[in-house]
Amino acid sequence: MKTLDHAERADIFNEDEKRVDWHDETLWWIRQKRDKSAHQIPEWEDLRETASAIKSNTLSNLHDYLLEFEKNALQNGVIIHWAADAKEHNEIVYRLLKEKGIDKMVKSKSMLTEECHLNEYLEHQGIEVIDSDLGERIVQLAKEPPSHIVLPCIHKKKEEIGELFHEHLGTPKGNADPQLLTEAARVHLRDTFLTRKAALTGVNFAVAETGEIVICTNEGNADMGAHLADIHIACMGIEKIIPKREHLSVFLRLLARSATGQPITTYSSHFAKPRDGKELHIILVDNGRTRQLGREEFRNSLKCIRCGACMNTCPVYRRSGGHSYHNAIAGPIGAILAPNLDMKQYADLPFASTLCGSCSNVCPVKIDIHDQLYKWRQVLVKEGYTTTAKQVAMKTMATTLSSPALYKLAGKAARTTLKYAPFMVNNKFNAWYLQRDMPKVPQSSFGEWYKINRKKNEQ
Amino acid sequence: MNSRDQILAAVKANQPELTPLPQLDSFFKGQETALIEKFTQVLNGIGGKVIVVANTNEIISLLKENYSLDQIRVISPLASMQEIANNNIDNHNPHALENVELAILPAHFAVAENGACWLDESILLDRVLPFITQHLILIVNKVNVLPTMHHAYEKIGNEQYGYGAFIAGPSKTADIEQSLVLGAHGARSLWVFLV
Ligand code: SF4
Repeated sequence: MKTLDHAERADIFNEDEKRVDWHDETLWWIRQKRDKSAHQIPEWEDLRETASAIKSNTLSNLHDYLLEFEKNALQNGVIIHWAADAKEHNEIVYRLLKEKGIDKMVKSKSMLTEECHLNEYLEHQGIEVIDSDLGERIVQLAKEPPSHIVLPCIHKKKEEIGELFHEHLGTPKGNADPQLLTEAARVHLRDTFLTRKAALTGVNFAVAETGEIVICTNEGNADMGAHLADIHIACMGIEKIIPKREHLSVFLRLLARSATGQPITTYSSHFAKPRDGKELHIILVDNGRTRQLGREEFRNSLKCIRCGACMNTCPVYRRSGGHSYHNAIAGPIGAILAPNLDMKQYADLPFASTLCGSCSNVCPVKIDIHDQLYKWRQVLVKEGYTTTAKQVAMKTMATTLSSPALYKLAGKAARTTLKYAPFMVNNKFNAWYLQRDMPKVPQSSFGEWYKINRKKNEQ
Repeated sequence: MNSRDQILAAVKANQPELTPLPQLDSFFKGQETALIEKFTQVLNGIGGKVIVVANTNEIISLLKENYSLDQIRVISPLASMQEIANNNIDNHNPHALENVELAILPAHFAVAENGACWLDESILLDRVLPFITQHLILIVNKVNVLPTMHHAYEKIGNEQYGYGAFIAGPSKTADIEQSLVLGAHGARSLWVFLV
């Protein structure tokens, strides 16, 4: 069966226009909260610059930092594992559980485990996994993947959540009060926390200098899981390293403000040593990251601290929904990371962008996101994924949105226009696209391909 | 080659030329004014509550007014709170803390810019206590309200803790249609007493 590409999935998402408007407006509102919060810090731009430079240094010295982290963590009594790919990561988790005879685990948010499809794998092995972040629990009950890295169920209406909770947690039918639903989840998950012997968490930052890991949540679910379990497994990509403890100040100032506009997440927990008599395992995962490190144009994507700001601001993400990206990480950053994992499968994603640059403007670690999307397009064409790319390129918003003026306009009016633009193939001579893309592309094959398809598009 | 060596070799082969680490000095400048006001305003804004008191007796009478202290389990490591709380817990059995209604903990310092308080393992009795308790009280010395996170990490320095956390406000979620609800999995309320 053919998997649907971004444009096709976006079409499905756009069948319900009201929902698209709501999705769009909700995310834009979060983007505005981010702006307000950032504007309160006069040194904001310096912080972004500094964060980016710290990450540059990290990537340029990652080998030594990884060794330093390992040495210090081992000294702290932590057990370190290395996984070359998703499969090895999943097998390590399973082995750790099996050794302890554990068949039920509670998990807090970890995009890495989404990337590795850990839940499916473990369920296949007979292990029950309960996601404890409220948004993740909701999508888990709905048997869906998260649609946003920070706001996993941002695509769901409260009535749908009320229905799910009625079915699974026995809340009153027809009740969609967020207060009541959250309370029901609290009670249900408290019992889970108290009865699970294994807890898995993600990692936001890992400090080479001290061997400690930092985990940020608003709900307190990572801590509830980890402190009550016999074994805490923390999974991290190797790019989560930062050199020194003092650097946490820069990243913790940026992360929550960029994500939701909060000054900091409710909890920023620093795990250095396991509890007395308990185990703390850290799995360091590559899964394509060393390959991305070697791609000069794309290595900056490894600086990402997963704040989600690039998604909240992206006109394509807001109006196509996270699921249309068919990848664990959606939005602009997902579209850069995914082709590194599989160029063929994700050839459509770098085209799911207008290259408006809003993502790069908000990114707290100053990743040149829209430039990288543009560069991926060139690579994908050059590497022979033109058939896939050609099919999708003509359908995606990148090519159907013809006017740069749309992106300069702010507010409701512009968004109303956007609502219709992406899915009407009525662009004439596409001056904007030409101007933005063509002169920079030397390959004649791409030029010819473009000409042919542009004609088709005009018919 | 095992995965470890393989990953390390690939990193070494693919990492770019060394770039310098930036200095953080400039972030310390010009941040020192009206710290208590700022801390209060920020923490109130994220669902917490700040109360400035003259001494611990005032805290005890305020808590007596607001909680039926004789009917609930109150835990605190502080000698000054033993009139209304006890420090009687079993670290080998953190699950037994599930019925704690109120935890009263000291914090090392507070951060004005974001309303956070820092606690490490040496003062929180049990790692799970600030999370599992229904309501959390933190007590901070007024002189320990620091301007920013840079000052915070300067103060933490090379401290060797097993565990430590910044706590800023009560546990919360906005996962259901972005409606803010306090009391997700951790404490439902947070009061900070500045003494
Ligand atoms: S790419 Fe930048 S803006 Fe997007 S999630 Fe990562 S850090 Fe945030």
